[in-house]
Amino acid sequence: MTTTIRLNPRAAMASVFALVLSLPAMAETEPETTDPIVINGGEIELPTAVPAPDHLEGAFDQVYSGWLFRDSETQAMQLDDFENPGMIFVDQGIDDWNTIEGEAGKSCASCHEGIESMKGVRAVMPKVNAEGELWSMEDYINDCRTNRMQAEALDWNGDRMKNMTAAISVQSRGMPMDVAIDGPAKPYWEQGKEMYYTRYGQLELACANCHEDHYGDWIRADHLSQGMTNGFPVYRLKQAALVSQHNRFRGCIRDTRGETFAMGSDEFRALELYVASRGNGLPVEGVSVRH
Amino acid sequence: MPRHAISAALALLSGLAFAMPLAAETAPQDVSFAEDGLIEAPLSETAGDPENGAAIYADKTSGNCVACHAISDRTDAEFQGTIGPALDGAGDRWSEAQLRGIVADAKRTFPDSMMPGFYKSSGYIRPGDAFTGEAGSEPLPPLLTAQQVEDVIAYLATLKE
Ligand code: HEC
Ligand code: HEC
Ligand code: HEC
Repeated sequence: MTTTIRLNPRAAMASVFALVLSLPAMAETEPETTDPIVINGGEIELPTAVPAPDHLEGAFDQVYSGWLFRDSETQAMQLDDFENPGMIFVDQGIDDWNTIEGEAGKSCASCHEGIESMKGVRAVMPKVNAEGELWSMEDYINDCRTNRMQAEALDWNGDRMKNMTAAISVQSRGMPMDVAIDGPAKPYWEQGKEMYYTRYGQLELACANCHEDHYGDWIRADHLSQGMTNGFPVYRLKQAALVSQHNRFRGCIRDTRGETFAMGSDEFRALELYVASRGNGLPVEGVSVRH
Repeated sequence: MPRHAISAALALLSGLAFAMPLAAETAPQDVSFAEDGLIEAPLSETAGDPENGAAIYADKTSGNCVACHAISDRTDAEFQGTIGPALDGAGDRWSEAQLRGIVADAKRTFPDSMMPGFYKSSGYIRPGDAFTGEAGSEPLPPLLTAQQVEDVIAYLATLKE
């Protein structure tokens, strides 16, 4: 039934209504406008709707930024880097980038020079490393810290890690998300996809129930988006802090009254890859503002 | 039904029985569904209280039906959901037995429904301990008690167009 609806949403919905008057089985509600996010008076323009990647054929025609589903006040905060509360943390991350730490007496800049050298990195994360393991940006950062700087690993969800991923993400702002899903990435991608459609917890809800079948709908006071990750790390007004992707996934599974996975777990890396691939084509927005 | 006897005895022991006499209830795993998902027999002996049901419908910590549904006269609920159909007239569309089946385990009436089963305690994938994100062990307490289900049904039955 879902497929029929997607092929021809209006007609299929109409027949559903005709058959069972009271039962709209699902209701994807397209955003009213798909204006770009225009930042700093036109310096940066980020599209909010792009054609869906091929692997989503049958599910989506278009993929949308979560920004479109937020209220206008929240949206406005992302339009100016001075209003964007996430930008302070970007500055802190850049300070850290230039700070010498660890036995090797090096900073990130000792090897990578200016943080602009990280341009493009966010758009392809997570990706499979030379050993064939799927790594998130956090893993690459900690690998450099522990093996190349002889410094301590940072906590996945700690402020310093989030500041650093924010500072690195901003370097790719505007570049389309382009994670690899084939070759060595394929088994991870399959694992993530399987998770996306699994109905977890006592409420028996899959990511797809909310973010594929019902984006545009309201779940009480929350306006459901397609659950895209191109804006991460996001500054969440509710938490008044940067939030990592794995922390967001953890919250969404906890809300199904389910047993969640740990941040930095292999399961969440796989899910991160799959969710990122649903947003391939959307621009890196990090640091975005959500509530 | 030994289970009932045991819970009645426990209630007596704890002294609770004086405050709220535990009427006989059907445990989640003992509910019998008819083929099309409906449940004929009430889950508890005490008749449902529609006023309680109306409160449970909007209460975030119990029914929270309003997360997904809307009812036009429920202006007391600040936000109403649009995931499921509006429930205006539900009492005309469905019999009590059907409503009982929908609330207890909607997937037996609407296959693959997004609506959770409110009187179910096992068969979950990675069941949690409420909203803690920690593992829970089955059987979990159902989302609503037998009496709460009856109360909600009594409320839904009043929704006539
Ligand atoms: C001793 C030199 C050195 C230091 C210090 C260092 N890195 Fe690296 N970093 C590397 C090398 C070498 C690579 C691998 C490059 C490659 O394989 O293309 C790398 C890779 C990375 C990558 C993955 C890039 C990609 O495209 O795959 C990230 C992210 C990164 N480093 C971040 C950092 C951060 C943040 C710091 C400071 C906390 C840091 N690095 C410190 C040498 C260093
Ligand atoms: C019960 C519904 C529900 C389920 C199930 C659910 N989410 Fe969410 N999710 C939300 C709500 C509500 C928000 C906040 C509003 C929005 O952006 O949709 C959200 C937000 C998100 C965001 C942030 C989007 C942005 O633009 O910042 C991501 C990413 C996300 N969810 C991923 C997931 C993943 C992955 C799963 C499955 C493990 C999942 N969600 C399951 C309700 C849900
Ligand atoms: C997570 C969302 C969700 C929650 C929470 C939810 N429902 Fe539903 N409900 C639905 C959906 C979706 C349908 C449509 C049936 C289908 O899946 O095809 C539905 C259908 C119904 C119907 C039949 C529709 C009609 O009126 O003709 C009733 C009655 C109902 N729900 C009552 C409740 C009650 C009572 C609660 C709270 C105890 C509740 N629901 C909680 C999603 C939900």
